Amino acid sequence: MGELRLMKGNEAFAEAAIRAGVDAYFGYPITPQSEVLEYLMAEKPHERTGMVVLQAESEVAAINMVYGAGATGKKAVTSSSSPGISLKMEGISYMAGAELPGVILNVVRGGPGLGTIQPSQADYFQATKGGGHGDYRLIVLAPSSVQEMFDFVRLAFDLTFKYRNPVMILSDGVIGQMMEKVQLADPIPRRTNEELIRECPWATTGKPASRERNIITSLYLDPAVQERHNVHLQEKYRKIEETEVRFEKFQCDDAEYLYVAYGSSARIAQKSVQLARAKGIKAGLLRPITLFPFPKNEIVSLAKQVKAMLAIEMSAGQLVEDVMLAVAGKVPVGHFGRMGGIVHSPEEVLTALEKKFIGG
Amino acid sequence: MDEKLYKEIVSDENLVYKKTSLMTENVLSYCPGCGHGTAHRIIMEVIDEMGLQQDTIGVAPVGCSVLAYEFMNVDMQQAAHGRAPALATGIKRTWPEKIVFTYQGDGDLAAIGTAETIHACNRGENIIIFFINNGIYGMTGGQMAPTTLPGMKSSTSPYGRDVKTMGFPLKMTELVAQLPGTYFVTRQAVHTPGNVRKTKKAVKMAFENQLNKKSGLSFIEIVSNCNSGWKMTPTQSNQWMVDNMFPYYPLGDLKVDGELVSQQSAVSSRQSKT
Repeated sequence: MGELRLMKGNEAFAEAAIRAGVDAYFGYPITPQSEVLEYLMAEKPHERTGMVVLQAESEVAAINMVYGAGATGKKAVTSSSSPGISLKMEGISYMAGAELPGVILNVVRGGPGLGTIQPSQADYFQATKGGGHGDYRLIVLAPSSVQEMFDFVRLAFDLTFKYRNPVMILSDGVIGQMMEKVQLADPIPRRTNEELIRECPWATTGKPASRERNIITSLYLDPAVQERHNVHLQEKYRKIEETEVRFEKFQCDDAEYLYVAYGSSARIAQKSVQLARAKGIKAGLLRPITLFPFPKNEIVSLAKQVKAMLAIEMSAGQLVEDVMLAVAGKVPVGHFGRMGGIVHSPEEVLTALEKKFIGG
Repeated sequence: MDEKLYKEIVSDENLVYKKTSLMTENVLSYCPGCGHGTAHRIIMEVIDEMGLQQDTIGVAPVGCSVLAYEFMNVDMQQAAHGRAPALATGIKRTWPEKIVFTYQGDGDLAAIGTAETIHACNRGENIIIFFINNGIYGMTGGQMAPTTLPGMKSSTSPYGRDVKTMGFPLKMTELVAQLPGTYFVTRQAVHTPGNVRKTKKAVKMAFENQLNKKSGLSFIEIVSNCNSGWKMTPTQSNQWMVDNMFPYYPLGDLKVDGELVSQQSAVSSRQSKT
């Protein structure tokens, strides 16, 4: 087994990128994720693996560097926090349109606008419903521990190349900043150019005589062709929904009340389940790991079992809409969450459950 | 045309010029009289003559040349508006052995993409930026560009560009020449055979710089016409370009081998070095 190390979530992400055989990181400083770029610069990954690390002039430039590298089949990653992710949305939409691999980490902070540097989960809609323009989806992974900040980098790169679709790791200021022990997986080498050319025949790696030129574009001026492209993308998203749903259940077997929560809120909700059970309330937790694809079917089947569901998220209520859509009125669905960088406590969560659904 | 006559005209003994194999068979989408087609051809000829097709990755912009990848027979990426130098950076940093170029217009490079352009130049990315300056947004129907001349009419400056409220035409080429990250900066044109030859020399030098890993970016501005946007015939537009664009955007080398050259001695300076 690999080495065990105490790390911040942001540092674990950066170390994971080096060990996942990532070819390039392009980023721009913003709190609370600057440790990603700082760690990478200090680690000299160029000497360790040949990985490129570049501080770009803006988040806009950084995501477009990911576009350029990704379009050649290289494993490229960027990270930012909410206001910076808004800037990246143009590039992300282009990447989705051009079907490019690439991984984007969002260490979410409170908004709107410049907001606060404290943790939040208010970018759920932006991550899962598009964010940029046009009909597209990202694959969205939600780590709830520093270990998952490490592990999901490899998973994200597997998925982004499998589907040629950008993947977002939707973290938050809690997970990015907190320190936990991490089991570091052994490094895998970067792909050689020969391997890359074999595995990514679509990539713009220079046109040999043996094939037609490769073109990476999201432009289809003929509406019939554009619609065919849209249909193709939607078919891909349906396949992702069929194949890639990931979630975790905690004390759901006999649960009468269900928390639905991801990321740091899932950690808090898990504690709240224990507090509830100590009081004789049969609570359970469904933790979506993939926010897109959303674990709809699991919610549908749990709706047959529980009396009510409560979405716990550090926002005014975004995840709750996906829960409601899946539940389709079968059981009551509520929302609880603090905003503005305030992190709710397990006790607050339990009180919300009791007030909304149990009484007293 | 009569087929027999056509065959006679295109017969081998009459052939003085051939399309480079690095231009595709697709019919150019540019307006008749526009300089883009010539600029495309020169670049592709140089890549062909230097045997660099397999080693070259190009980046197309947003603007009239958004479809450059339809015509240039090399691997190409299409960029978001203004972001081509960022894409090129991502490519070159991860494939340092490849030859990377962007092809951008004035709106793309000098307005929305100013930051990406300046910073790619300032980092000294070992890429080539081709900058086609026709003083107008051609693709969207002739709006004012950052390079539109003072007093020049466009659909968004219908009474002429008033520099008091609309700002001054931006001389990007002079600007990037000042940056230590640029290695070769020149301004050329393609409206006469003589200018085409000069431009082709400059293009070749830019590719040689990159191939020989000279430290810095090569930046080639091509002052061009937009007869449709300027609402002139092609001939009139070329004359207007000579009379009005060239005084503001004088042709010649600004920087050669990393050294600034004075405007007067620009062309002769490079010729003495090559």
